[in-house]
Amino acid sequence: MTTRGFKTVGTAVRRVDADDKLSGRAQFTGDLEVAGMAFCKLVTSPLPHARITRVDASRARALPGVYAVLTAAELVNMETHYGSDKKDRPVIAIDKVRFQGEPVAAVAAVDLAIAEAAVELVDVEYEELPTVTGIDEALDGAGEPVHDSNFCHEYGYEWGDVDAAFRECDRVFEDTFEFPMVYHYAMEPHTCIASYEPDRIRLWTSAQHPFLVQAEIARLFGRQLDQVQVVVPYVGGGYGSKSYTKIEPLVTALSREAGRPVRLALSVDEAMRTVRRHAARGTIRTGVMNDGTIVARECTGYVDTGGYTDNGVRVTERFGDRMPGPYSLANVRVKTYGLFTNSTPAGSYRSIGGPQAIWVCESQIDVIAHALGMDPFEFRVKNLVREGEEVRRGRRPIEGDLEYALRRVADEFGWDSWTPGPTPPGVKRGIGFACGVTNSGASPTSTSLVRFHADGSATVYIGSAEMGQGSRSVMAQIAAEEMRIPYEKVRVVASDTTAVPWDRSTGSSRSTTLMGLAVHDAAVDIRTQVLDLAAEHFEAFPEEIEAEDGRASFKGETVAFAALVRNMFGGSGGELMGRGYVTPKHPSGKLRQDPVFWEVSIGAAEVEVDTATGEVRLLRYYSISDPGKAINPKQVEGQDEGAAMQAIGHTLFEEMLYEDGQLLNPNLVDYRVPVFTDLPHEFETVLIESGNGPGPYGAKGVGEGGIVCVAPATANAVFNATGVRISTLPLTPERVWRALHEAGQA
Amino acid sequence: MAEAQDTLAVAFELNGVPVEASVEPQTPLIDLLRERFGLTGTKRSCDVQVCGACTVLLDGAPVSSCTVPAFEVRGRAVLTVEGFAADESASPLIEAFVNNAAFQCGFCTPGMLLAAKSLLDADPAPSEDVIKDYMRGNVCRCTGYKKIVEAVHEASEAGR
Ligand code: FES
Ligand code: FES
Repeated sequence: MTTRGFKTVGTAVRRVDADDKLSGRAQFTGDLEVAGMAFCKLVTSPLPHARITRVDASRARALPGVYAVLTAAELVNMETHYGSDKKDRPVIAIDKVRFQGEPVAAVAAVDLAIAEAAVELVDVEYEELPTVTGIDEALDGAGEPVHDSNFCHEYGYEWGDVDAAFRECDRVFEDTFEFPMVYHYAMEPHTCIASYEPDRIRLWTSAQHPFLVQAEIARLFGRQLDQVQVVVPYVGGGYGSKSYTKIEPLVTALSREAGRPVRLALSVDEAMRTVRRHAARGTIRTGVMNDGTIVARECTGYVDTGGYTDNGVRVTERFGDRMPGPYSLANVRVKTYGLFTNSTPAGSYRSIGGPQAIWVCESQIDVIAHALGMDPFEFRVKNLVREGEEVRRGRRPIEGDLEYALRRVADEFGWDSWTPGPTPPGVKRGIGFACGVTNSGASPTSTSLVRFHADGSATVYIGSAEMGQGSRSVMAQIAAEEMRIPYEKVRVVASDTTAVPWDRSTGSSRSTTLMGLAVHDAAVDIRTQVLDLAAEHFEAFPEEIEAEDGRASFKGETVAFAALVRNMFGGSGGELMGRGYVTPKHPSGKLRQDPVFWEVSIGAAEVEVDTATGEVRLLRYYSISDPGKAINPKQVEGQDEGAAMQAIGHTLFEEMLYEDGQLLNPNLVDYRVPVFTDLPHEFETVLIESGNGPGPYGAKGVGEGGIVCVAPATANAVFNATGVRISTLPLTPERVWRALHEAGQA
Repeated sequence: MAEAQDTLAVAFELNGVPVEASVEPQTPLIDLLRERFGLTGTKRSCDVQVCGACTVLLDGAPVSSCTVPAFEVRGRAVLTVEGFAADESASPLIEAFVNNAAFQCGFCTPGMLLAAKSLLDADPAPSEDVIKDYMRGNVCRCTGYKKIVEAVHEASEAGR
């Protein structure tokens, strides 16, 4: 084939879900009706830590309109525990509760009003246990541990001679930073409909990882994979909150008891007791030479994973992987620990462990630059990992030119020429910078199937959940491009385990890269078959044939792909099937190393601090996104802006507040998320396309990078403005005012 | 307890069509729309009048249907996203949302569209600050807001 320009890749096509989503027709799980469906309400524990001494649901069961009540006693003839790494989560609390809001019983009734009434009739008695709140109490170990101990996971790695490097360096810095517990607030709270039937189990659920849910449900209830159907309709925001398995086992078990389909739609309050981001504390010791060369970093970190492991193992590890930062370091020692506490279990949230790690890393980098009298930007550049260098020993080397990316952001932001300008009395302005790299992509395993129909249209089958990121459009673009047919001719069927082939998950910025590769390969498979048919038709070699816009041509003659397919089947019907397998051994050779790719994150912030009130206003924020190749540029920007806006939340005001194990702000009035007026005056994504990703056309994932640098860039800007270093997030007016006050600045 | 309640008859105009329903005094408008009329485009999220996902227009003004009692719409006109989108006059705003990538998951989108429509009806050429201020009762967790502001601007007289 001669070289050809892209037809749909790289263009802003109309999203395939646009018409559904802009008309009110888009169906989310809570919009579905399943015949005979009962409605579920949960009985949850008011106590954060307690032994369950008695559960009596007899009064609730006697209420007319109640089909069933699920308690631990009903968990028979099935496995009782689930979890992605450690199966420590009971389907419903057994003997003990580990956080306030943990489900103890679940009612299925004819309608919600009756279910609510029945909840009041379930009698539960508890024997209260001392509460483990926060990292210090978990480490202290006093009282009753949350599980066998309060330790969930331990992780570490080391290279070089760290102790010698610390002995020989000119200066050593040691600083500790804290990151709060935050909540995803996907606007659609978790919702699931389960139908337990004699020969199969069907679920419609707001899940990011349909195939992992399928496998978990099959294991819990002793079914074969082919007996478990998981359908994921449109998902109203995920950001990690709907990863792995959440409420599905409980709803399935309740459906089994009720003998009919059951729907559970959580409230925001209940969703805040389902999953959250890990609070974290990180301490870094850094050894530097007087010329600003970093020679050693020793990082120690703790993450608070709450009452159950959920994704605590991987978060503990990623926190450790990401903490030393994107620097060329000859000597590194990292230890991180995941700890149980009596609070909502913590799981995945956009860039797991990333914002926590980079907050610690990049805050300290600024501390050091200041102490050495260096420009914090130049200090970073001086120590940056270089292209092709291993940023973590034994892992995939850094693919791109980080210095170029940093300088691009600094230039567009106007770092060098910035001055505070005139400000009103009591108001100070400053600028701050931060950067990081995060290992992304999860595991490189996906499959896809493409059917090319006899009329020239095609259907693409993918396991990816559509939660807003636009994966269906991107897959349609890739498929159209590779089949050489118009984008409008492609439909995407997604996330129904009985219809689409297996995929590992939707998360870790992986779909465009990995599912994209599977779709690419499946579409190329179709094209190859079409070209073979064309070669036969023209009595030529496949390489001599031009294919474009659904037609094959050779020496001035053309034939439609559709006609070739029909001819193959000798009539009016027929179709071709193409398949794509993505495994670590993918023939491209690009998936052998871990991670799948490094996602680059850079942030530059300008803030205004009102020293009288402590209020921090983010005036300008510049971020970078390197999708390798932007298959749909507007969507790439949207991912970055959305991620950065979530980070503005955890930087300035978001925090789940616990007191003695009680969540104090379980609603959107008291837990504030960013609104329109929090949008900085300048909010820019610098898009670079380095073309070096392992995905199709050199693409790699985005969507997480935007969330990791906002907090350190902003706090560094506050320091630049006021000379005061704040080491705990969020930067609330009260916290900032206190810090200024203590420093004599307020 | 679910006690027997007196129901109230409510006649109102829904998406331009006269309708009638009987509701309990505490039934919120959102339940009437979603459950009785099957208009599931109206979304429930925070349930405390903060997020705007449940926004509908009542006599042209945005209200949170999670909080407005259903009987209050008696004799008034309710417009949901379904009614809005079915009307040709919606297309500049809808196309502006498409062109500017002003939606991702789409859960906030019905409320967002209706809030934007009521703004543009009242002020055909709002400034960026007016857009932000007017729309601050509608939360979007996906887009970061910038692209929604751009879309509303594009659909306004100033943007055409
Ligand atoms: S659901 Fe009504 S305002 Fe949030
Ligand atoms: S598009 Fe997902 S909340 Fe707005």
